[in-house]
Amino acid sequence: MELFQHTYMQRALIGALVIGLAAPALGIYLVQRRLTLIGDGIGHVALTGVGAGLLLNRSPVLVAVVVATLGAITIELVRARGRTSGDLALALLFYGGIAGGVMLVGLSDATSANLVAYLFGSVLTLSAADLITIVVLGAAILITTLALRPALFAVCQDEEYARVSGLPVRTLNLLLAVATAVTVTIAMRAVGVLLISALMVVPVATAQQVTRGFRSTMTAAMALGLFAAGAGVWVAATADTAPGASVVLLAIASFLVVALAAAGWRLLRRRATPAGAPAPEPHEVVLR
Amino acid sequence: MTAPVITVTHGVIGYDGRPVLRDVSLTVTAGEVVAVLGANGSGKSTLIRAVLGLVPLVAGSVELFGTPLRRFRQWRRIGYVPQRLGAGGGVPATVREVVASGRLARRGMLRPPGRADREAIDDALRAVGLADRAADPVATLSGGQQQRTLIARALAGRPELLVLDEPTAGVDAASQEAFATALRDFVADGGTVLLVAHELGPLRPLISRAVVVHQGGICHDGAVPEPAGHHAEPDHDHVHPHGPDEPAGLWSS
Repeated sequence: MELFQHTYMQRALIGALVIGLAAPALGIYLVQRRLTLIGDGIGHVALTGVGAGLLLNRSPVLVAVVVATLGAITIELVRARGRTSGDLALALLFYGGIAGGVMLVGLSDATSANLVAYLFGSVLTLSAADLITIVVLGAAILITTLALRPALFAVCQDEEYARVSGLPVRTLNLLLAVATAVTVTIAMRAVGVLLISALMVVPVATAQQVTRGFRSTMTAAMALGLFAAGAGVWVAATADTAPGASVVLLAIASFLVVALAAAGWRLLRRRATPAGAPAPEPHEVVLR
Repeated sequence: MTAPVITVTHGVIGYDGRPVLRDVSLTVTAGEVVAVLGANGSGKSTLIRAVLGLVPLVAGSVELFGTPLRRFRQWRRIGYVPQRLGAGGGVPATVREVVASGRLARRGMLRPPGRADREAIDDALRAVGLADRAADPVATLSGGQQQRTLIARALAGRPELLVLDEPTAGVDAASQEAFATALRDFVADGGTVLLVAHELGPLRPLISRAVVVHQGGICHDGAVPEPAGHHAEPDHDHVHPHGPDEPAGLWSS
């Protein structure tokens, strides 16, 4: 534990824990809406912001927040219009984002090591300013996702019903898009652009193996995210592994353990009740 | 003459410039139970979706409680029951959590739920006979029970007007009875109902007026028409195509 006496380790741990808590809290809404990979796409766009930041000698994280937010709003507007061309528009945005990022980083004085730090995360090199950005934005994400849970749940569950309830559906959707962009950008420092979605989605997938409701899934996913982030940083520091990859692999390992345990539990319960399957409901309609 | 709850005046409704309904006028007054009938694809669902502002009007006007739709903000007075549970099924949600969404119109999205909300949710769950399933995930319920969940969600907001889109399509007999009972209680308390139906079943005695949509217009407005042909037989096969099922998501297990 004496490792954590170092300032850089304390920063890494605090940063990772904040992200571990905030990423699943936001990710659950994306999973609910079956947009699990949207975080990946926004991450690609954020990379252009990183490149611009490095080129202009500004904080890459803050520039990435701005660029990713603009990208997320564009994606949301395309999604809301619901046109089939939206699929192609998204592809253009994603690949444009990553190509733009690589090109801008190349134009700047930054080395390819800088790029790798954003692609795969580098939580052990957080500066004090980085940490403040992560904590402030992470707190904003947590407040938004928890305080507006009933409204965000309703919008993601059934958008038309939410509209007939008089909820500001368009505003809430944009808020969710912006929150996704912010989460992606701060998580980028810990796990990297290419692994962001994992931290937003895998804890939710793990939690719902055993939970029955939305609220319990959210609580369990946040606990799992916290565990994976904390344990991942510890493993990375003691075994000298890549922190981003360690966090994500721990999250996936939790998923496998919980999924296997849940399957085993279901099997045991089925054995314990030999009455067999309950009788199906009689047919009410003839299906063609 | 009581105040009109819904007024549609010379409404033209269509998608992408192709009109589905050419010229519809409809008035529903407080306390009425109006059924919109018609063949599949006749535009009866489109009509009620336009009343709620979910489908834009090409021409004409819609008023809710005497206010033009564009300026209407008192959504708490309306309970909407869609045809099926929304697509947001990526994460499990309990019956109670879905029903709790029905309180948002009344409470506003910033205020945390209080005791009045909990009581209204309990009452709504009891009204549709799902009190014992409140903690179960909605995905484990039968189609009819899911439909009852949606009705409970609408009732939880204590609305004055219920708008229902095919509430009984493909629903088991027990759920149809539970639904008819809930609706009867709602009407007895002075509620107004506009519902779309393919067949009325146990709802029939509740309906005070029927509107039949045919070929882009309203061809009948008055008493419930008698079923004809093989539809008149009490147990005729109900054959209709169903919409494509949601593709199973990677995480939906």
